Amino acid sequence: MLTVGAIMLTKDLKQARLASAIGMGIQLIMAAVLIYLYLAERSAGNTAAMLFTYDVVWFPTLNIHYSLGVDGISVAMIGLTGVVVFAGVFASWQMEYLPREFFISLIILATGVYGFFISLDLFTMFLFYEVAVIPMYILIGIWGSGPKEYSAMKLTLMLMAGSALLLVGLLGIYFFSNPDTNHLTFSIMEISKVNIPIGMQRFLFPFTFIGFGILGALFPFHTWSPDGHASAPTAVSMLHAGVLMKLGGYGAFRVAIFLMPEAAHEQAWIFLILTSISVVYGAFSAIVQTDLKYINAYSSVSHCGLVLFAVLMMNQTAMNGAIIQMISHGLMTALFFALIGMIYGRTHTRIIGEMGGLMKVIPFLGVVYVIAGLASLGLPGFSGFVAEMTIFIGSYQHTDVFHRVITIVAASSIVITAVYILRVVGILLLGPIKDHHFLELTDAKWYERISTISLVLAITAIGMAPLWLSNMINFSLAPIVERLSSIQITSLF
Amino acid sequence: MNFNDFLTMRHELMLTLLALVVLIIDLNLHNRHKHYIIPITLGLFFVNLLVGFIPEGSNTLFGGMYRTNPLLIMMKNILNIGVFIILLQSVTWLKKEENREKISEYFILLFSTLIGMNFMISSGDFLMFYLGLELATIPVAALAAYTHHQTKSAEAGIKLILSSALSSGILLFGISMIYGSTGSIYFDTITKVYANTPLQLLAFIFFFSGMSFKISLVPFHLWTADVYEGAPINVTSYLSVISKGAAAFILIIVMFTVFSSLAAVYKNILYLIAVLTMTVGNLFAMRQKNMKRFLAFSSIAQAGFILLGILGGNVMGMTSVIYFVLVYIFSNLGAFGVVSAISTVTGKESMDDYDGLYRTNPKLSLLMMLSLFSLAGIPPVAGFFGKFFLFASAASGGYYWLVFIAVLNATISLYYYLLVVKAMFINKNETPLAFFKSDLATRAGLLIAGLGIFFLGFWAKVYEIISSLSYGIMQ
Repeated sequence: MLTVGAIMLTKDLKQARLASAIGMGIQLIMAAVLIYLYLAERSAGNTAAMLFTYDVVWFPTLNIHYSLGVDGISVAMIGLTGVVVFAGVFASWQMEYLPREFFISLIILATGVYGFFISLDLFTMFLFYEVAVIPMYILIGIWGSGPKEYSAMKLTLMLMAGSALLLVGLLGIYFFSNPDTNHLTFSIMEISKVNIPIGMQRFLFPFTFIGFGILGALFPFHTWSPDGHASAPTAVSMLHAGVLMKLGGYGAFRVAIFLMPEAAHEQAWIFLILTSISVVYGAFSAIVQTDLKYINAYSSVSHCGLVLFAVLMMNQTAMNGAIIQMISHGLMTALFFALIGMIYGRTHTRIIGEMGGLMKVIPFLGVVYVIAGLASLGLPGFSGFVAEMTIFIGSYQHTDVFHRVITIVAASSIVITAVYILRVVGILLLGPIKDHHFLELTDAKWYERISTISLVLAITAIGMAPLWLSNMINFSLAPIVERLSSIQITSLF
Repeated sequence: MNFNDFLTMRHELMLTLLALVVLIIDLNLHNRHKHYIIPITLGLFFVNLLVGFIPEGSNTLFGGMYRTNPLLIMMKNILNIGVFIILLQSVTWLKKEENREKISEYFILLFSTLIGMNFMISSGDFLMFYLGLELATIPVAALAAYTHHQTKSAEAGIKLILSSALSSGILLFGISMIYGSTGSIYFDTITKVYANTPLQLLAFIFFFSGMSFKISLVPFHLWTADVYEGAPINVTSYLSVISKGAAAFILIIVMFTVFSSLAAVYKNILYLIAVLTMTVGNLFAMRQKNMKRFLAFSSIAQAGFILLGILGGNVMGMTSVIYFVLVYIFSNLGAFGVVSAISTVTGKESMDDYDGLYRTNPKLSLLMMLSLFSLAGIPPVAGFFGKFFLFASAASGGYYWLVFIAVLNATISLYYYLLVVKAMFINKNETPLAFFKSDLATRAGLLIAGLGIFFLGFWAKVYEIISSLSYGIMQ
């Protein structure tokens, strides 16, 4: 339903950006309407796990369906995508080189993302996942900067290797989706009702989880992410860090953990260690970077690591925090990359050492940058705080030593985050102006303001009133958590 | 011979007729009017293509030597479609001055090999199979040497004929052992008595090696790259698509029927060869700069994927192989079509010449990109579905690690396919190939390939039809 609208857009030839802006505006409104409808339906007492489902049989012999539907989590993710894509189109308003192709690729990418979030069938989900990955190559390769060809190739190949793992996992799930009869299925909801044999789970879980984890920048498979983000054009960095990396987190819990809970419990400790390494290592790496985009890219590694970390905690509070963190980080990082793109467009450098005192010449962008920074380090009142708070409270609910220690380790990233954010803000915005050319810089244009303000609004809205969001998520998390807790826990710790 | 028998054998008979008609027309045409042969032949072949789709049940002729059923007819139709696209794509090249006197030869040789393949697919015993195989191979060698004044083309012809003679010899040796140990050459009889004795195992290995030559599986692939590079581009696409597709069809039939009792043994061999073929094909393809060699190695790698379906060993495997070949025909012909169009007009075949192609020839570049993505198995184009079903069938046999290796190989292949995409879209070039407009036939050929690539995947009906037909055979 949402995707069709996006595909229709690619037919437009002239005035590509206007068409994209309108199209993405409509998408945003549709996402908002979807959230509203969803809430209305829920408050009307509809308790089905998935709403607005749409299902057609695609390949009958293999029982592949084209099956769409939303629950509270995917609705939230679609809302996020809507905002980020909308802002991304405005952030790339002055695309000069091959604009039509740029927007078409961007929209194909967005289509893949939307499709992924609303798929209820593993086959369609995988299909949309790959649809979302491939345009990245072209987007970074053609419109990127720096070592773009290297980064684009690295990103594509690593994500495709991830999908190799994923495909094995998904096929395994499929062939064990109904061990008693021959009626195999790709449907997530149907598979969640059966128990895949534990031996297969042990084998398939790492495939699936790492497959999604690569996209979610799981250490040590995160190396594509900094290069990719740094070389990508602004809108693509926004969309990529903001939304695409969330596919990993979303898939990890919707497929890997939800469908294979026993193995998830057993192997969680390995991945918890890996994710806490991502969290802390990402944050430390961000400290030493001098390129603005690299700082943000590593900060994304850290924050996305936190998402996977929270998902692996496997209790209601932490998972709820994970979803909020996905949304919050998606918005923040998109805002960051938009700002970096705008600053770079003016100063033509991204090295923080060469800049300074920008607050005096471009106050609007400066203020927004400070807001983004504060939100990112988890200041109350912004979405980052809500997310991290929930995650760490949830993680601390585990009473054993292992979980507590690892929670404390991960929580230390908050401090490190503060270090690199404040350092950048200090050098970049305050202090003396280092280059007299900077005095002639102009502040944000109208389209840049639209782009940033829409993101700032979303961040503050979640920060000020998180309850409706977390209620919406909680409702849909409940069956997942129930399934997780109902099984026999044979964890090592 | 009554009308029903004619319908049974219509693919072969029509083609024979067609070849003769072309010959007769050629005899009666003045040298200046030779090019009239092209539209006439194309039209007649299109009729043949349509006739091929007349539904027809199972039947056997000549005491079981020749048999047919809806699935086999389907395979022949798939090949026909591919040949039709190739014919369309070769029109521009055939119209060149240097080829004027040999137009009819091209058609006659091409149709002869197609007849051979059809007989091979329909064969009910090893004699017919071998006849078909030879008929399919020898004219191809002549075709490869079509532009014999060029050393490379002549070399390709001689290489092809020598290596295929050798492989035929090995194959025939295998067949004679099968006959010696079972006392029969009929597939049905052999299926019942074939066992796991050393001689019969050896016979199988000889047979399989011979077939591996035809499909160019590693380590029997060495002739491929040189022949592909030397042969005229349209012959290369014929070799890499039609020959390989037909050989894959017959291989899967034989494996699933005659040698089904050896399944436990041959699966180990196939596993190893599949891994080798995919990996070696891919690794070599990475280093190629000549587009024909590049596609040659990529098609070696693709052959490795076909083995995955055979390993699956069930209806799903058979369906996925046939479906994959169908998709592969369209994807590879899309890629070859673009290479052919460019090489015919400009004579350029190196990857470096493709730098900046998108600026001057956006449509060709887009089609090339779609075809390459389809070959790499990227959704939403058809190749994704083809590969996915192959992997699914291998996974259904429990070969999860093989699937993993295969998908990693697909990722490697994506690397070198992206190199071409990068050349066309990203690389800057001061003097890109000038814009040119291909003629109607070439464009039609490319259009058919493009449509196939784009819609075949979404159109689940195709898969269902193949599946139901395979189901009928496997029972």
